[in-house]
Amino acid sequence: MLRDEEGVVPLAGATDLYVSLNFGTLESRRFVNLWGLRPLRHIGMQGDRLVIGALATYTAIIRSRHVQRRLPMLVQASREIGGVQIQNRGTLGGNIANASPAGDTLPVLAAADAVVVLRSAGEERRVRFSDFYTGYRQSQRRPDELISGVEVGPIEGTQWFRKVGTRAAQAISKVVMAAVRSPTPRIALGSVAPTVIRLPRTEAALGSGAGIDAAARILESEIHPIDDLRSTSAYRRSVASNLLRRFWSDSGPG
Amino acid sequence: MRFTLNGVPRDLATHPAARLLDVLREECGLTGTKEGCGEGECGACTVLIDGAAVCSCIIPAAQVEGAEVTTIEGLGTDHPLARAFMDEVGAQCGICTPGMIMAAVTLGPRPSLEKVRTGLAGNLCRCTGYEAIYRAIRKPPVAL
Repeated sequence: MLRDEEGVVPLAGATDLYVSLNFGTLESRRFVNLWGLRPLRHIGMQGDRLVIGALATYTAIIRSRHVQRRLPMLVQASREIGGVQIQNRGTLGGNIANASPAGDTLPVLAAADAVVVLRSAGEERRVRFSDFYTGYRQSQRRPDELISGVEVGPIEGTQWFRKVGTRAAQAISKVVMAAVRSPTPRIALGSVAPTVIRLPRTEAALGSGAGIDAAARILESEIHPIDDLRSTSAYRRSVASNLLRRFWSDSGPG
Repeated sequence: MRFTLNGVPRDLATHPAARLLDVLREECGLTGTKEGCGEGECGACTVLIDGAAVCSCIIPAAQVEGAEVTTIEGLGTDHPLARAFMDEVGAQCGICTPGMIMAAVTLGPRPSLEKVRTGLAGNLCRCTGYEAIYRAIRKPPVAL
């Protein structure tokens, strides 16, 4: 259906799409309902990789022992998405496909060096999460493809996540950061650029022993926040910088 | 669309993209479920699907096929939580109340305050200031 017909939108938990539909801002009115595809709900291990099906809900992620053990920052992010009603319905694949720069799981997947698995009628292919988005709400997913899940390899180091919004529940992030403290630190930010981003220059600086003040200055030059209805560029810039400092002191060797 | 509504099997010829909220209120005549924001923010339209709280304003009817839906009417006319809401004056205008109760029934008996706060984070009330609601939910059930 996705291959043969134009303008058909895959529909998972509907927590984003139905908001747009109810408010008349959704262009497409044709959906393919994925909710019944039970195999895509699966969360498990394949060798040393954590595999999370695209239809795994936030509630399922929060409850999964595999995710708790391997990717605790994703559990943290999932707990702060919406309220219980949204967590019971919203899915990881939906968050990826919706491609909002403010999606709360996206910095986690970026910092985790996750791989997105895409499946079409003819093939299955894998795309590095950090290469997946090509612009604001644009991704490498072709119209005939579905996101079937993500894969995450073992992560060395301490995982860290923090969302800054008006309220813990129900509020869309003003700035959201996920990071891993290790000899090669990984830092990802949401809501500060057209897509979720990694901060390679800040990471390299911290990895080579630069001080946190120098690293924070690099971070401020590496992000491109905007003024919008949720926050201002200046506020986001200073919060992002503060989050880096908080990450570094929280995860520090003491 | 075949599903179970408050324990009774139903078979409706409904548009698959219709909102569950509209199906419940307009096709099934169950107006206890309220519409607040229409965007999954306020929780007024909370119902249970297979025991899990969801916002019925953003649930496509097609996704209810084969599921068990419970609305506020499904709790009966004398549910201990409903009585506790009345005793503690956990309702003022009342629009949020059915959604509050449906979210609260998933928390089990005598939940901690922390559990109530988290479990009801997706239910907004603009009248009560929440304290009376939390008291009602944490109140030990009175024997009938």
